Amino acid sequence: MVTATVAAALAVSAIALVAFYAPVDQDGLNQKIFYFHVPIALTAYAYFALGALKAFLYLWKGDDERDLESYVAVHLGVIFGLLTLVTGSIWAKISWGHWWEWGDRQLVLFLILFLFYCAYFMLRFSIEPGPQRASISAVFALIGVVLIPISFLAIRLAESLVHPVTFTRDGPQMAGSQFTTFFVCLAAMLAIAYTLYRIELAGKRLDQHLRELRELLT
Amino acid sequence: MRRYLHDAAVLARKDVLLELRGRETLPAMLLFVVAGLVVFHFAVPTEESEDVGAGLLWVVILFTALLALVRAFVAEREQRLMDGLLLAPCDRSAIWLGKSLAVLAFLVLTELVALPAFAIFFGGLGWGTVAGVSLANIGIVTVGTLLAAMASVTRARELLLPLLFLPLAIPIVVGGVGASISDDPGRYLGFLALYDAVFAIISWASFEYVVSE
Repeated sequence: MVTATVAAALAVSAIALVAFYAPVDQDGLNQKIFYFHVPIALTAYAYFALGALKAFLYLWKGDDERDLESYVAVHLGVIFGLLTLVTGSIWAKISWGHWWEWGDRQLVLFLILFLFYCAYFMLRFSIEPGPQRASISAVFALIGVVLIPISFLAIRLAESLVHPVTFTRDGPQMAGSQFTTFFVCLAAMLAIAYTLYRIELAGKRLDQHLRELRELLT
Repeated sequence: MRRYLHDAAVLARKDVLLELRGRETLPAMLLFVVAGLVVFHFAVPTEESEDVGAGLLWVVILFTALLALVRAFVAEREQRLMDGLLLAPCDRSAIWLGKSLAVLAFLVLTELVALPAFAIFFGGLGWGTVAGVSLANIGIVTVGTLLAAMASVTRARELLLPLLFLPLAIPIVVGGVGASISDDPGRYLGFLALYDAVFAIISWASFEYVVSE
């Protein structure tokens, strides 16, 4: 409840900041999708990292709860990954005139990750529930988090100058007001993400209890 | 350490022997790799640029490797051999290493035909390509064997393996094609070596969790 309230408050202030505070730069109004696209992408990474962390804990300690948490995190990560692809695609259409831009390495990376994590679901739901399914899912989730930097390197190797690189080694290339807005947007997105994670987890747990009860009754 | 390598070698030898007696996988791979190159010749205009040809070679190698990987755990599953292997007094990752070595042997034998065939059909087989293929083989078999073990316990079985494998193989293609067509193949070969090392360690460490029930 508290997290949901914080998330809602942050989301409202983020939208207000994007609409009224953040300046319109040389790219025009369409640049504002940046405040949604990038936080969504970073949140998706956070979900994948969380999924891998829980997977690692499952393999280490063997608690079924960790398996469920890992699955929920990856599930939401895929949804946010899809949103990244959609918002990125819209941005590409407006900036460059195409819905898809192979030169945009971040989008390509998300496409690879999206394919990879979709296979996670195919794998998971093709094995009978039980410890083997949990450990295979966990191993796959761990591979995923290693695939992110490797794919990133691969895509960097193929090099492109099309995508604007916002964060370089010299720090963010943004004006102060842009950075504040971006930061609030990121915080809002992470709060929403955490709330969604808690809600889905509670739902899944309820589901499980219900199934156990039903089995006891029959 | 010596014991471990011995176990892996024995397991690899078992797979090679099975293949020599059954002759199921290797002939299929050899035929597939040549047929694949011919199909691609008609699908893509390779005369216009040598770079296109290099791309085709990598696609064909990847799909041929998939053929071997799909077959990798068939005996274990159909004859319930895996239970016996798990009971054997050896480290479980030795099963992975043995299987990887066997698949690597099949893949290398296939490439001994594929690379000359590619050179004859499309021309332009450089040292970069050969070095790239050698390094990529290791990455393909290490990750591929782990994923094949995963896929072999699912209901979907063979259907699932390409879905699991292809997203993970994209960096191999980037490194491989880069090594084939770039003027400076060193970077791409280094990347392939990095990929090999990272995924070999992960596969080695996690194989035990995949097979134990």
